[in-house]
Amino acid sequence: MSTPNPHFSGYGLGLRKEHYSEFLETSVAVDFVEVISENFMVAGGQPRYILRQIRERHPVALHGVSLSIGTAEGLDRNYLNRLKSLVDEIEPLFVSDHLSWSRSGGFNAHDLLPVPYTEEALERVCTNIDMAQEALGRTMLFENPSSYLAFDGASMSEWEFIAAMSRRTGCELLLDVNNVFVSASNHGFDALAFLDGIPAERVRQVHLAGHSQGRELLIDSHDSPVCAGVWDVYAKAIALLGPVATMIERDDDIPPLADLLQELSMARVLGASEAYKRSQVRP
Amino acid sequence: MNLAQYQHTFRHWLVSASDETAQLLGNKTAGLAVYQNNYRAQLVGCLEQAFPNLRRWVGEEAFLAASITHIDQHPPHAWTLDAYPEGFHQTLSELFPNNPDVHELAWIESSLNEAFVAADAQPLPLEALASVDWDTASLQLTPSLRCHALTTNAEAIWSALWQQTATPEATMRAEAGGLLVWRRQFTSRLREVDALEFQAVKNLQRDGSFAGLCEFLVGQLGEEKGIARAGELLAGWIASELIVGIAEVAMPAPTFDPVFSDRPR
Repeated sequence: MSTPNPHFSGYGLGLRKEHYSEFLETSVAVDFVEVISENFMVAGGQPRYILRQIRERHPVALHGVSLSIGTAEGLDRNYLNRLKSLVDEIEPLFVSDHLSWSRSGGFNAHDLLPVPYTEEALERVCTNIDMAQEALGRTMLFENPSSYLAFDGASMSEWEFIAAMSRRTGCELLLDVNNVFVSASNHGFDALAFLDGIPAERVRQVHLAGHSQGRELLIDSHDSPVCAGVWDVYAKAIALLGPVATMIERDDDIPPLADLLQELSMARVLGASEAYKRSQVRP
Repeated sequence: MNLAQYQHTFRHWLVSASDETAQLLGNKTAGLAVYQNNYRAQLVGCLEQAFPNLRRWVGEEAFLAASITHIDQHPPHAWTLDAYPEGFHQTLSELFPNNPDVHELAWIESSLNEAFVAADAQPLPLEALASVDWDTASLQLTPSLRCHALTTNAEAIWSALWQQTATPEATMRAEAGGLLVWRRQFTSRLREVDALEFQAVKNLQRDGSFAGLCEFLVGQLGEEKGIARAGELLAGWIASELIVGIAEVAMPAPTFDPVFSDRPR
């Protein structure tokens, strides 16, 4: 309980176009930045140049949205090759994607579609993770997505699926606390049951974000500050996990960078508080 | 329903939004509606972002209607959303069959986007011209270059939309021309060219041969003017960073003497 997380890598932000200039021209007080991998899996031009410049200033985490790890038909080798090229150039802090699928029969939904929590899907996801990790030559992190639909034939909970997935493949986890909050509300489960059910030692990174209220469901919209309920779940998460690399994602209605840094300071305070508590515990 | 069947059914739901497919997925209307909305909003947003000036030109309502038609008829296939706007011009051709200005504006915006992330290439340094054997020189064009025939004043319309000044009426050109789009450093560029330069660039794209370029221009303009024009074009392309390399290749001897007074040195 008192052992600090040996992997702890501090506090970061999702890097968005609106803030490129400040990240390139000033000293921004973050420990790492995270970028959407696909935005930089391009042949050339300004995006790759900017990423190289940013990489000289900060550790960079690559976060993908199109790997489609849950697809029934296997991974796209061309996609993996492009990702590998980016990974080799950037030498990222983390390489992550989502426990979801987007590709089927040549179709690509460009959305994080829900994986049914069945033995068959678990087998397929694990096979795909093995393939991805082998292709990249490194361990990946997978994020729990927000979901709006439960599969009738599910044979396990989301956290049981994630625990088995991590155990079988050795993959690590990106815990999105906002997604836990959203899915718990949408499907009526206890967020703490989720936190208790995932293997704490496999969590390397945490996402925080805002959500919005849809007509009947909560929507993972990333267009508002982290709400009090999500901060509460985050505090409980780090009480279980210890300090863990944490960042805020904002993809819409993007505020000034100073506002996001201010918001990030809340995570720093909670993390420092947890670290202090742990330092007071004697074996 | 196994995983492949489930994903096939879900895909069908996103594309068709049919009641039958919703039933197969358990008829969980609230959740299905979120995914349906996410899918469509993402693609509409992608097209809006890719074609901001075209959208202003045709109007928001007509653009949205065209986007919905395109999304219904052409589900996305590529791993990257950047590829989705590529086929939009085909839908516009069907919806606006008598508006070549719309088709050409779509080409301009799509090509500017492609050029923005095309492969990097260093512009040709002037020193590289010093020892070129022009009889066998093969010119390498920047990989960001895109060319298209031009029949309307779409370049003027696009420029006015981009600069947010008064847009001209759409008109047909008296003579066909061409459009070039490429990237200099990190900025995508658009240039309207006359039919002769357009054809010259197309020829160069095909085989890169400077001797072949001279031969083409001599055929069009006569020896003296043709060779002079080849020199002018080459100088302009190098200054615009359209040329990124020169290689010497074994080629059959041209049928004319390529020596001319203003050959770039």
